Amino acid sequence: MLEKAFLGGRKYWILLVIFGGIIGLGFIMWLYQFRVGLGITGMSRDVSWGFYIGQFTYLVGVAAAGVMVVLPYYLHHYKAFGRITILAEFMAVGAVSMCLLFILVDLGNPVRALNVLLHPSPNSVLFWDMIVLNGYLFLNILIGWNVLSAERKGSPPPNWIKPFIYLSIPWAISIHTVTAYLYAGLPGRHFWLTAIMAPRFLASAFCAGPALLILLCLIVRKTTRFDPGKEQIQTLGSIVTYALILNVFFFLCELFTVFYSQIPGHIDHFHYLFFGHEGHGNLIVLMWLAFALMTAAIILLVVPVTRRNEGILTVACVLTVIGTWIDKGFGLVVGGFVPNPLHQYTEYWPTVPEALITLAVWATGFLIISVLYKVATTVKVEVGAG
Amino acid sequence: MGVNRRKFLKIAGISTLGAAAKPAADALAMNPIEWLDKKLGGFTVPETLLHFFHKPAGFTPGEALTAKRWVMVVNVRQIDEEIAEACMEVCHRIHNVPHIKNPKHEIKWIWDEHYKHALPGQHHEHIDEALKKAPFLVLCNHCENPACVRVCPTKATFKRKHDGIVLMDMHRCIGCRFCMAACPFGARSFNWIIPWPREGAGTMPRFRKDKEPPNPEFPTRVKGVVEKCNFCAERLAKGQIPACVETCQELCKEKGREPALVFGDLEDPDSEVRQLLRSHHTLRRKPELGTNPNVYYIV
Repeated sequence: MLEKAFLGGRKYWILLVIFGGIIGLGFIMWLYQFRVGLGITGMSRDVSWGFYIGQFTYLVGVAAAGVMVVLPYYLHHYKAFGRITILAEFMAVGAVSMCLLFILVDLGNPVRALNVLLHPSPNSVLFWDMIVLNGYLFLNILIGWNVLSAERKGSPPPNWIKPFIYLSIPWAISIHTVTAYLYAGLPGRHFWLTAIMAPRFLASAFCAGPALLILLCLIVRKTTRFDPGKEQIQTLGSIVTYALILNVFFFLCELFTVFYSQIPGHIDHFHYLFFGHEGHGNLIVLMWLAFALMTAAIILLVVPVTRRNEGILTVACVLTVIGTWIDKGFGLVVGGFVPNPLHQYTEYWPTVPEALITLAVWATGFLIISVLYKVATTVKVEVGAG
Repeated sequence: MGVNRRKFLKIAGISTLGAAAKPAADALAMNPIEWLDKKLGGFTVPETLLHFFHKPAGFTPGEALTAKRWVMVVNVRQIDEEIAEACMEVCHRIHNVPHIKNPKHEIKWIWDEHYKHALPGQHHEHIDEALKKAPFLVLCNHCENPACVRVCPTKATFKRKHDGIVLMDMHRCIGCRFCMAACPFGARSFNWIIPWPREGAGTMPRFRKDKEPPNPEFPTRVKGVVEKCNFCAERLAKGQIPACVETCQELCKEKGREPALVFGDLEDPDSEVRQLLRSHHTLRRKPELGTNPNVYYIV
């Protein structure tokens, strides 16, 4: 089946070459980082995680969102999603691959990465994150590939795959819950020390992921002979709507507790993010923008006329993806470190090499998604699903 | 301190066994890879393999300073700029701590803060001016319930069972910096850049592997690992108190002050630290977080 990946047209190859170019450039930057150290990034003693971990966190959500397609199809027999489960699963494969790469580029000593296996430490959430992420990657490749193979042969998926499919549903929830626990259990980091962290993560995942999937579906429709379907896109749109509202609601819950209780340790981070502190305010504009974008998206999504219009839905999805990305891929991580535990303010901003490495990891993920989507759409067209 | 019958028999038994089978015991005491290494006349064993069979180095009884729980008491008002500077200097020198000027990449095991940063929850505008401005020495608290140890995915940072010191294996650390996120005291530093050379380091040092570290007896580190105060575990093993405490006490004596840093066993009711804790009101940093810090402050 993989041979389909090599049977693309001109545009397909140009796309792959562009991704390859970005990856190449980022790889050179990574070699520079590997030689000189993580000091080439904007991270510091005080803000010790930055862009890389932010992207990782955001993309775990995107990966987990595959469940929003798999669950209605397999548990509620919502037949329409049968057409796009493969797209959701392959998007998850790309997203988890990016997550693992982001962890790898963030390590100070990547050559020692296998120490995590050599000295397994179940008390560390990172140990569990490694297990659930790799497990999820494996599950999605296994399920996606087998279901697609069966479809190609015109037979139902083999029975042995069913347990894996059912397992993948709670597993998707687990990857984002465990990722939230990386943050939510740290004493002295009051910005993250909140029980609503995991629900908030899931809510933002279930709007950002399906929004990205809608955009991918539209691209697939435009560039291949396979149409993911109007109904499918509309249903995904409803899912984005609910999840986005939940995401903002959870955030407001957080704001209430923080601002009504007036506990300094909690309030300082929000103050820094949205209003700045004595001249420190790198993220003010971005944070307001994030919530403006999400609010705008909610309005466009809630009103039926605008949601049903595919053009406007596309805009709403773009707003959702960018808004949640700023909120989670940037503000959430940096906001937790500023001020530091000694109440000192050190700012963070990514450097050019850091941004290029980040871009290269994204390009790797999208390269994987492109290749897998090429295979999936070609098979779909072959079996007459076009 | 009496040795009961059971304990005596145990020791006697082991000694007899030991005398009978000394070569075997030698082989057992060594890690098997090291033993093999010796037998084969020395081939280079991968570092990871050595780790796999690693046995912590034992103490030489009688020589090492031991305690059930090491703690430090800092008498803030006894410390002036000179004393603080001397404590920091000696610590960073003997531990080969890289001297990096860029505050974003700075590495520090012990440093001076202001009261309001060291004890943010205890600060108010009207505290004594002298205290406000005094150099407030902070370091790793060697918590009884350390969050950094809990989150480490490789056990590169760990609490030593017999005396409660939180240690860091810079040769195992993968540099994920989870421990830095977990530490509520900002006590951990990361090697953002190549840690050499020590003097005159700019933001981007060059490779200078040929340069001798200031203290050849203490291991150096590579870039990309986390480090922090180790309560001078390497000195305790040789029967010496931590370098900062020693230096500080000498200076205090010269200046005719009470010792500003005192180190001792919390479990020993007669220890100097216990006497200080009885006679003074002491504070600890962020006790409400439940990490149970082992550095006490007299303010």
